[in-house]
Amino acid sequence: MRSSLTSANRAGWAFALPGIVLILAFIITPFFLGVGFSLTNQRLISPNATRFVGLENYREMLNIAVVDLQAKTDSAGKTVTDADGQAEFPRLRSITRNPDTPQYHGMQEWFRWVSGDTAHVVIASDVVFWKALLNTCIFVLMVAPIQAAIALGLALLINQKLRGITIFRTIYFMPVVVSIVVVSLLWRFIYSGQNGLLNNMLSFLSFGHFQPVDWLGNPHTALGAIITMSIWQAVGFHMVIWLSGLQTIPPTLYEAAAIEGSSKWQTFRYVTWPALRHTAVLVLIVITMQAFAIFAQIDVMTKGGPLDSTQTLVFQAVQRGYGMQNIAGGSAISVILFLIVLVISMIQRWLTRER
Amino acid sequence: MKLLNVTAGAVIAATGFCSAAFATTDLTMWYHGAGNKVESKIVHQIIDDFNKSQSDYKVALQSFPQNSYNDSVTAAALAGNLPDILDMDGPIMPNWAWSGYLQPLPIPEDHFKDFLPGTKGVYDGKLYSIGLWDAAVALYARKSTMKELGLRTPTLDKPWTKDEFMSALEAAKKSGKFDYAIDLGMSDKGEWYPYAFLPFLQSFGGGLVNRKTYDTAEGVLNGDAAVAWGNWWQSLFTDKLAPGTSQDPAAHETGFIDGKYAFSWNGNWNAVKTMDKVDDVEFLPAPDFGNGSKIGGASWQFGISASSKAPEGAAEFIKFATQDKYLAEFSDALGLIPATKSAAQMTKNYKTGGPLAVFYGLSEAQAEKRPVTPGYVVDSKVFQKAAADIADGADVIDTLDSATDQINADIKRNDGYKKN
Repeated sequence: MRSSLTSANRAGWAFALPGIVLILAFIITPFFLGVGFSLTNQRLISPNATRFVGLENYREMLNIAVVDLQAKTDSAGKTVTDADGQAEFPRLRSITRNPDTPQYHGMQEWFRWVSGDTAHVVIASDVVFWKALLNTCIFVLMVAPIQAAIALGLALLINQKLRGITIFRTIYFMPVVVSIVVVSLLWRFIYSGQNGLLNNMLSFLSFGHFQPVDWLGNPHTALGAIITMSIWQAVGFHMVIWLSGLQTIPPTLYEAAAIEGSSKWQTFRYVTWPALRHTAVLVLIVITMQAFAIFAQIDVMTKGGPLDSTQTLVFQAVQRGYGMQNIAGGSAISVILFLIVLVISMIQRWLTRER
Repeated sequence: MKLLNVTAGAVIAATGFCSAAFATTDLTMWYHGAGNKVESKIVHQIIDDFNKSQSDYKVALQSFPQNSYNDSVTAAALAGNLPDILDMDGPIMPNWAWSGYLQPLPIPEDHFKDFLPGTKGVYDGKLYSIGLWDAAVALYARKSTMKELGLRTPTLDKPWTKDEFMSALEAAKKSGKFDYAIDLGMSDKGEWYPYAFLPFLQSFGGGLVNRKTYDTAEGVLNGDAAVAWGNWWQSLFTDKLAPGTSQDPAAHETGFIDGKYAFSWNGNWNAVKTMDKVDDVEFLPAPDFGNGSKIGGASWQFGISASSKAPEGAAEFIKFATQDKYLAEFSDALGLIPATKSAAQMTKNYKTGGPLAVFYGLSEAQAEKRPVTPGYVVDSKVFQKAAADIADGADVIDTLDSATDQINADIKRNDGYKKN
């Protein structure tokens, strides 16, 4: 083994060399550079020298606290309520801009919950980061299982010996071939709140009862809209991987199952699914990693808005690194994203290991 | 060794021959207008004229699409590959000057004394860039609509007050003839936001950053005046007077022309196009929200890179390009405001009594530059997000506090944008 890798295989190494050089130059080196930058105050452009700042960038990003606000009381000591009978609370700036509580300076509200006369407010130095993290997690949790399941369904459908089946394969695969930027632009028209295709269709199907929704302009629907579109766009790619897995299953197994008189479901459950094990691991890990990297859809369709409802980690990394010229901050996000993806992949590997 | 000598000799001979024959210094120039045929035709023509007019310098042009222009310059600067002459968007100039990409123009400022204030890029007391034109924003309206709604026509001397402006919008809404009273261009998420909307905030008495010290935004971007601006800004959208951030870009392009909107807050670069389609369009000055009516100034400008080996040559070219006839030519082709009065008289739109002459007055009287600081590139992004968030219904005070914190954190991160 050793000899075949080192000495006797010069041609092999020569062939691998360009690839190794490219991976070193464009993946491995930038990775270490990113880790390095995240510990400095590196900016995109600046005449001033870069300084080592330790974990400052991470502290600024992850710093989070819970503060309590007491409801306002009138002179008689009674709680002041607004028109809806809800207790009124002082503004958060009474804490975050108060000289007596310098530790909370520069922090903003992420969310709050109210119990009685007290509002518990979760504040963070970098609320956008936390929102982006949460949105990215929601995105992955939705996309990974749904996209994998639909892709498997489609693969089962097109894995039949019918005439013209390649037409369906082509149709399902088509969105993968089209540039994601183009797809995103098209879906912007589909989702348009004024005269979008989706609104028109729903209105037609409901005989005009459907009220048009501004899909990308409404904080409650924007992320869902992007999730749906993303699932549709990449499902063909994973369908092909499932299909390749399906086609490695020996037909004899199916013949044996048929002779045993197994139903369609039993065949799937006891023949197809176990044989797809490795494919399933691959598909899940690939989808998870791709989903964590969501960027183009956000950049083209919403730019993280409305009200941060579609902020994601990669979009924020780019926004900070290039938009805000803060390479250090962008690198810090990338490093955190790397750690998250690494941990999740390892958990997935462990859960789906050979027992 | 012998071979080397021969080669070296040949090279020396060749260079000697060339310089003896031509004595020309090559200058490179970058321009942001790739894809715009009219624009690049004029730029090419200026360069041809310049190259023919003398034999000391020869300018070669390279054009970039506007969207990737700034990135290209940054990348080139990091790689040490900047051209001699480059153009830049006015508000970004201080950042590039601070970063050491640019050198002050080796031209006495007197040379440009007739130029509109918005066309002169001064940072740190030095002139770094000069524009052939400025741009201005105005309130597009139809004379017929104004008459129908019974509105007073505002003038530069007596612009609309906030109340007049709001009742005009309400009247347009009440008439029921329009989808929305005013189109603000909310779909154009980019530099348009600070360029078009920051003047409103300034007219309210607020701002993006303290413009005396440039070291904090506290009290400026989140003070009472700014909060008043934020509440007013939000009301435009909650009262359905203007389409919000999810506005269809196509509607912004043609909405006013199609009569979907009674008013449009729009740049003069769309004026010619609109005049062709709407006979009775008129261009009104910005409303006065308490601290004078204001619009944004400073458009694209020419400068010389710090690494240029022939700054005198580049300066010669810039002087050549800023002649009135070229200012007028650009203006006629693109509808931009020529930088000087004398050039304005040579144009069809900006000469006295011309259909766009009002913009020259607007630019002269109302234009206020965006904050002249290297930090503006970040401040601009922060303002874009704050204005969009408030329009989308975010809490005004919290949003402005958060924007203030972000700007202050950035100033701190960059050691106050001083050179150390």
